Amino acid sequence: MSVRIYVPIDSSALSLGAEAVARAIRHEAAVRDIVVDIVRNGSRGMFWLEPLVEVDTPQGRIAYGPVQPEDVPGLFDAGFHQGAAHSLCHGPTEQIPFLARQERLTFARVGVTDPLSLDDYLAHGGFEGLQRAIAMAPAEVVKEVTDSGLRGRGGAAFPTGIKWKTVLDTPAAQKYVACNADEGDSGTFSDRMLMEGDPYCLLEGMAIAGLATGATQGYIYVRSEYPHAFRTLQAAIERARAGGWLGASVAGCGRAFDIDVRLGAGAYICGEETSMLESLEGKRGVVRAKPPLPAVSGLFGKPTVINNVMSLASVPIILARGAAFYRDYGLGRSRGTLPFQLAGNLRHTGLVEKAFGVTLRELLEDYGGGSFSGKPLRTAQVGGPLGAYVPASQFDVALDYEQYAAMGAMVGHGGIVAFDDTVDMAKMARHAMAFCVEESCGKCTPCRIGSVRGVEVIDRIIAGEDRGRNIALLNSLCDTMLSGSLCAMGGMTPYPVQSALKHFPEDFGIDKTAAA
Amino acid sequence: MTKETPSAAGLAALIDARRALPGATLPILHAIQDAYGYVPDEALPMIAAALNLSRAEVQGVVSFYHHFRRTPPGRHVVQVCRAESCLAMGAEALEAHVKAKLGVDFHETTADGAVTLEPVYCLGNCACSPAMRVDDDILGRMNGRRFDAVLHQLQQTEGASA
Repeated sequence: MSVRIYVPIDSSALSLGAEAVARAIRHEAAVRDIVVDIVRNGSRGMFWLEPLVEVDTPQGRIAYGPVQPEDVPGLFDAGFHQGAAHSLCHGPTEQIPFLARQERLTFARVGVTDPLSLDDYLAHGGFEGLQRAIAMAPAEVVKEVTDSGLRGRGGAAFPTGIKWKTVLDTPAAQKYVACNADEGDSGTFSDRMLMEGDPYCLLEGMAIAGLATGATQGYIYVRSEYPHAFRTLQAAIERARAGGWLGASVAGCGRAFDIDVRLGAGAYICGEETSMLESLEGKRGVVRAKPPLPAVSGLFGKPTVINNVMSLASVPIILARGAAFYRDYGLGRSRGTLPFQLAGNLRHTGLVEKAFGVTLRELLEDYGGGSFSGKPLRTAQVGGPLGAYVPASQFDVALDYEQYAAMGAMVGHGGIVAFDDTVDMAKMARHAMAFCVEESCGKCTPCRIGSVRGVEVIDRIIAGEDRGRNIALLNSLCDTMLSGSLCAMGGMTPYPVQSALKHFPEDFGIDKTAAA
Repeated sequence: MTKETPSAAGLAALIDARRALPGATLPILHAIQDAYGYVPDEALPMIAAALNLSRAEVQGVVSFYHHFRRTPPGRHVVQVCRAESCLAMGAEALEAHVKAKLGVDFHETTADGAVTLEPVYCLGNCACSPAMRVDDDILGRMNGRRFDAVLHQLQQTEGASA
């Protein structure tokens, strides 16, 4: 009888040597005449344990990690292929506290199944949402998504169902679904993990969006920094087509929906929805003015549903289990779960899917295990490079769109980058402006020129030149960028800059007690 | 990753296979760069003609995106991540080490033509910072010692195939 062994094929697991580990297991098993069936799964999202190897046993899946090729002979000696004890053994995977305490809805299958196996997908509840959507009228599907309370997971948090309703209500011969997979924010990797670990979930969500709005063609815009995700999606689309889940008649329902995957080209701004549309049309990724809304006039001038990977991947479970099931998670107007991503200086980095309402302290300390360096955590940047730096004094605020907005921060795409007390916040503020210089599309002046001036002013502050006046100038410049930019690139770059200045004035050479 | 030398016939075939795609510019540019390692000058008028665009429009697209190169890179491309998560884990020291070890700055190629060094903002490997990309391989939890080992291996592979 063969032993089933799981070795992740996720980019991060590969970046730590998972390929060599899989090879070593295959080689060692052959030498010992043990028949193994190696499944290349997605990652469970516990990256301090990657490469995390799991062995299927009658007691469930047993976890070993982090495994390096040189550990493999010893693991076989200990009998790991029967789930035996070893210094790298963590017991049953599902009982590892980091995983056991999560609420995995969107990520229910990631790390569990073989990403490209349609049989595996179906055996784990795949396409149940699509089947239910097929039996419903388009307007009912849209209502289900609206009632679930799902809001755009890309960062802007706009209600997904309302966007879909606009597209449904706009008559057109051709409509599109455009999936934004240009996950460029530092500290975020949930889109990548899902595309690599459970690609059919995204395809299913897009097909549901197509049927609900009358769109027949979908595009996934993946960043060029994600070569593995790109290839996985291409393979998944081909298999889904062959299986009848995409194409002229989705699951035999008589209505068409197909998907093409396109590669970005290293422009952060193309994560902004209108810039992404320009790029998909083959142009420079220059932001469009709104209105018209993309839901009315989007890709190639046609009504277009634009959603982030996480929004679309949350749709299948909403349709399968009903709006109420999903809405029961979360608090206030932030319903459901968010796959938070713990990154930067933490012992236990990884993916934590939790209902809204969890605090940063719980994520950083209970899940993250504190800093990797062992030094005190000083701040965390939440929501990507355009998100605010949250000081330790605000670690207990519940992660909820409204509560974060009230303190001048944003939840965004749920990326959290932790910094220990060696961080120089003036340098980080300068970095935010410099990033905007590099990535601005150039269309509007506050962003294009404001960011250049921002770097110069911060340099003068750091050098101690006429500090009081230059700080006033920086704040005024931030105000102009915030109010005058066309999109979030220039409009939110002030968030990291001003939060750094407000909470860490001493790093800018300002007496803490004197700072306003 | 030795690439072919661009030829008019090769370029025409790559363009023809994709010109009918909606929004074909980026797919064509990717195909050309994947084949040759960069987008050669002679490709621009050909793309413009195929897509009924002006040469300036094509030039504008190529220059907008960081990914597209106008000159041949070294035989290997090394990218060092400069985004926040990697900065929180010592990316600056790693960047300094890599530059010193290779003897080049960003956007430069080593004198022997082996390695082109580029900055990158986020490889999506933030749970394993600091991160790098060497050709198509993404590497995590990097430090100077691990980079030296990767470089040594590249040099050995090159020596073996030479």
